[in-house]
Amino acid sequence: MDIIVCIKRVPETAEADLVIDGSKKAIDTDGLVFSINEWDNYAVEAAIQLKEAEGGTITVISVGPEENNEVLRRALAMGADEALRLTDPAFEGSDAYAMAKILAAAIKDIPHDLILTGVQADDDGFGAVGVALAQMLELPYAALVTDIKKEGDTLTVHRELEGGLEEVDTLKLPALLTIQTGINEPRYVSIMGIRRVAKKEIGAKGVADLGLSEEEVGLKGSLSQIEELFFPPVGEGAEIIEGTMDEKAEALVKILKERGGIG
Amino acid sequence: MEKIAVLVEHRQNEVRDITFEMLGKAHQLLEGGGEVIALFLGDVSQKGLLDQITPHAHRTVAYLDSNLKDFEPLRYQAAFTNIFENVDCQLILMGQTAFGMDFAPAIAAKWKIPFTTDVVDIEASEELHAIRQMYSGKVNAKVSLKPGEKMLCTVRAGAFPAEDIPTVSGELQEITGAIEGDFSARTFVEYLEAAVGDVDITQADIIVSVGRGIKDADNIPIAQELADALGGVVACSRPVADKKWLPKERQVGTSGKTVKPKVYIALGISGAFQHQAGMKGANTIIAVNKDPKAPIFSIAHYGIVDDLFKVVPALTEKVKELRG
Repeated sequence: MDIIVCIKRVPETAEADLVIDGSKKAIDTDGLVFSINEWDNYAVEAAIQLKEAEGGTITVISVGPEENNEVLRRALAMGADEALRLTDPAFEGSDAYAMAKILAAAIKDIPHDLILTGVQADDDGFGAVGVALAQMLELPYAALVTDIKKEGDTLTVHRELEGGLEEVDTLKLPALLTIQTGINEPRYVSIMGIRRVAKKEIGAKGVADLGLSEEEVGLKGSLSQIEELFFPPVGEGAEIIEGTMDEKAEALVKILKERGGIG
Repeated sequence: MEKIAVLVEHRQNEVRDITFEMLGKAHQLLEGGGEVIALFLGDVSQKGLLDQITPHAHRTVAYLDSNLKDFEPLRYQAAFTNIFENVDCQLILMGQTAFGMDFAPAIAAKWKIPFTTDVVDIEASEELHAIRQMYSGKVNAKVSLKPGEKMLCTVRAGAFPAEDIPTVSGELQEITGAIEGDFSARTFVEYLEAAVGDVDITQADIIVSVGRGIKDADNIPIAQELADALGGVVACSRPVADKKWLPKERQVGTSGKTVKPKVYIALGISGAFQHQAGMKGANTIIAVNKDPKAPIFSIAHYGIVDDLFKVVPALTEKVKELRG
């Protein structure tokens, strides 16, 4: 089974102090650490597990500048066979729809039985590229997948619904799945592993190579655009307890006693 | 804006809250004028659900077919085509939910409808602007959509109130007739109910909940010890369940459990909205986190900005002393 996995390189922002840049349309990424989007890491692992069971090849694709080779190499070290980077100044400003068009243009030339993406990306959080891509490629798809079983040319998948409920669906290959976190335990990537694939050539394709025009991608080819970024209004917020550790613990015990927190 | 369509979301014979949240927002955007249109796809046996919808929409368009009982995107898309081509509206609202995330982007891509997802607010004065969150809720983005005949937004669950939705005298328009096509490429099989674990966190008065900040499965006992001292139970946020450090049935949030304990202690939990949705009903929320900008502090009643590995042992010690 030949699998394509679409992966994204995103800044780690969970514990970072974010700054909106001068354009007001992006954050200042200087000093931020970048890594593979968490959902995509699970998608790569899912592809490798399927390959281990079924054979075939894995191609990883990422849209972005040369730095994206880091996440592509990481995926190669995990067990992917080929990597492709899609890059062009014209891609700048692409929304989920334009991004799906770019990926679709690249994928139509690569043989595939299955395409995997993450459910969403940690930075823009659209949760839309995978499903839009499936529509453009006219493939059956399922979003929010937490389990995959393959039998012949049929997949049986679980989808995560709300409140702990799941749904079981069957899909006919070729198909596209968007992968939810927690579906597996992504393998560890060692420095040795990365070194082993350091020399592996990673191809790059631009807008013309993909048979697209500049009008179809980037801001021009998008259906939406960011006008302005701003920080969410801060609510009343918590009463912050200060003091020495002993004083903090003492204050917490008092609150717990008052609020029924000591059962 | 004159006409806004809302795609009704239902599952296992219940209309989901997001439906009312979207209907309420649609009425608000139209400010009493215009037309709120509810779109319903379902089985004839689910027609009873429409009684909850029709009072809140000027018009309800229901496509009823025995094959629309459970969500199948290919079949739903075929049914939606009929509605799409026959219902005049400028804006379509769907939920950013397990249903909407599996449906809306395909609809938008198919008809090239300008769209954006997971919006927490919509402004429709002269132009339409959507407010959505980026970077795990740390930054808001004001997004404009390319002008189009129709536009589509998916709405974050819980972003708008589900109560006090205006009541109007609405008409019901039924569409029946088989949907043509081969939809076997994806078929619904069944629902799987959540596993029942050894501990039911929804019944606990005191919850000690751990997030990514707990760093390792080996550190869970630190939280367990505090929970034991308090007479409570240990729960977690999504990353902890994803890593299998605690079982899925201990997860609090949209895709896990909704809890309303007397006291909820959040340790090393940043407080993504999906987590907040599962615990904001707690009487008292105490958060311990190193990051003073963690969203959890906006919902907590009390906060300690410090290392949980220092705070928790000190607190556990004090509680044990108290209990003798």
